[in-house]
Amino acid sequence: MMQFFQNLGADTRTSFTKLGRGTYFLLSTLAGIASVLPRPRLLMNQLYSVGVLSFLIITISGLFVGMVLGLQGFYILSDFGAEESLGVMVSASLVRELGPVVTALLFAGRAGSALTAEIGLMKATEQLSGMEMMAVDPIRRIITPRFLAGFISMPLLAALFSAVGIIGGQLVGSGLLGVDDGSYWSQMQTQIDFYDDILNGVIKSIIFGFVTSWIALFEGYDAIPTSEGVSRATTRTVVNSAFSILILDFILTALMFGDK
Amino acid sequence: MQHTATQDTLVGLFVAAGFAGLFFLALQVSNLSSFGQQDTYTVTARFESSGGLKIKSAVSAAGVKIGKVTDISFDTKTYQAVVSMAIDAKYNTLPDDTTASIFTAGLLGEQYVNLDAGGSDTVLKNGSKIDITQSAIILEKIIGQFLFKSAEEKAQGDKK
Repeated sequence: MMQFFQNLGADTRTSFTKLGRGTYFLLSTLAGIASVLPRPRLLMNQLYSVGVLSFLIITISGLFVGMVLGLQGFYILSDFGAEESLGVMVSASLVRELGPVVTALLFAGRAGSALTAEIGLMKATEQLSGMEMMAVDPIRRIITPRFLAGFISMPLLAALFSAVGIIGGQLVGSGLLGVDDGSYWSQMQTQIDFYDDILNGVIKSIIFGFVTSWIALFEGYDAIPTSEGVSRATTRTVVNSAFSILILDFILTALMFGDK
Repeated sequence: MQHTATQDTLVGLFVAAGFAGLFFLALQVSNLSSFGQQDTYTVTARFESSGGLKIKSAVSAAGVKIGKVTDISFDTKTYQAVVSMAIDAKYNTLPDDTTASIFTAGLLGEQYVNLDAGGSDTVLKNGSKIDITQSAIILEKIIGQFLFKSAEEKAQGDKK
């Protein structure tokens, strides 16, 4: 019994210590922004590996998610004779929820895990300590550009996901199932508000990008520098990102769309 | 990672595609292009009941959307619902004896304000009030009345 409480106390303390380290890590990363901006080369390289390489998976997933929404939405809405509202259903669910959330989950799996593994291996092969020996701050040189790249890429990827998904829904809805093309777009345009729906979706994706990049980089930086430690850190990145994204999404949705 | 010019091009394309997606959402998907920044004028109307009318519900005349509801409030003196509507400035020839009624699109659809133009020579301006209104039809009330009536008839039939 005593042992149980001892373990509980130790675990709680460990997790708070980790959160504290994570916050310190985030602050030093943010402090590094000023020294990264004069060297855009560093950022460009990371935008390529974080953003451009995620482009394909995001657009293809977006297309198919939109097509599935079009199909399922059509079956449900046609029961009520409301197929004309298909555009509203597809676009509202994509812009408000699925766009930011699914993009963030894919982003954590595609880019987040790669970032953790990269940083973890740099730590394991003592590249980070090597930099410190040469008086190069690894946070500013390695971490901050990757953080910024994730932060910039996420909203762009989420917007692409939603846009491609809406086109996918239109392809299935009016191309395959015969929903009127005009009412698909016009109902969408009357029901979707730029500020309430689209900007809130963009804000969501910015927050998810921030959190996912933070978790991925911190887990890599904090990994035990062995092959097992890196593999565990990579797993933790995906699991923790998914949890944080889904929990944050609930909170953000309640805040943004609660007063309707 | 080695830096190349191709990489720059790809990053450029990626950023451009992301912004294109955002523009697409803003212009094609949302109502930003149709009723965003355009000039509007506001008129108010008082209803006995505003039913299920919401802010941003459509205001239409002859079936064409000409504006939207911007505010619904309760008047504590007259116990009426005060509905403010922003009407697109290009529809500035509505006569001031226009009738405002709350209709439902379809049997269970959304409620909207319908404006029926009258015959007066003076037109509605910013801040005008619409005097002739017709409240929302509340389906539950009508069903209630119907049930009550048929029960009454049945009771009278039993007496005879």
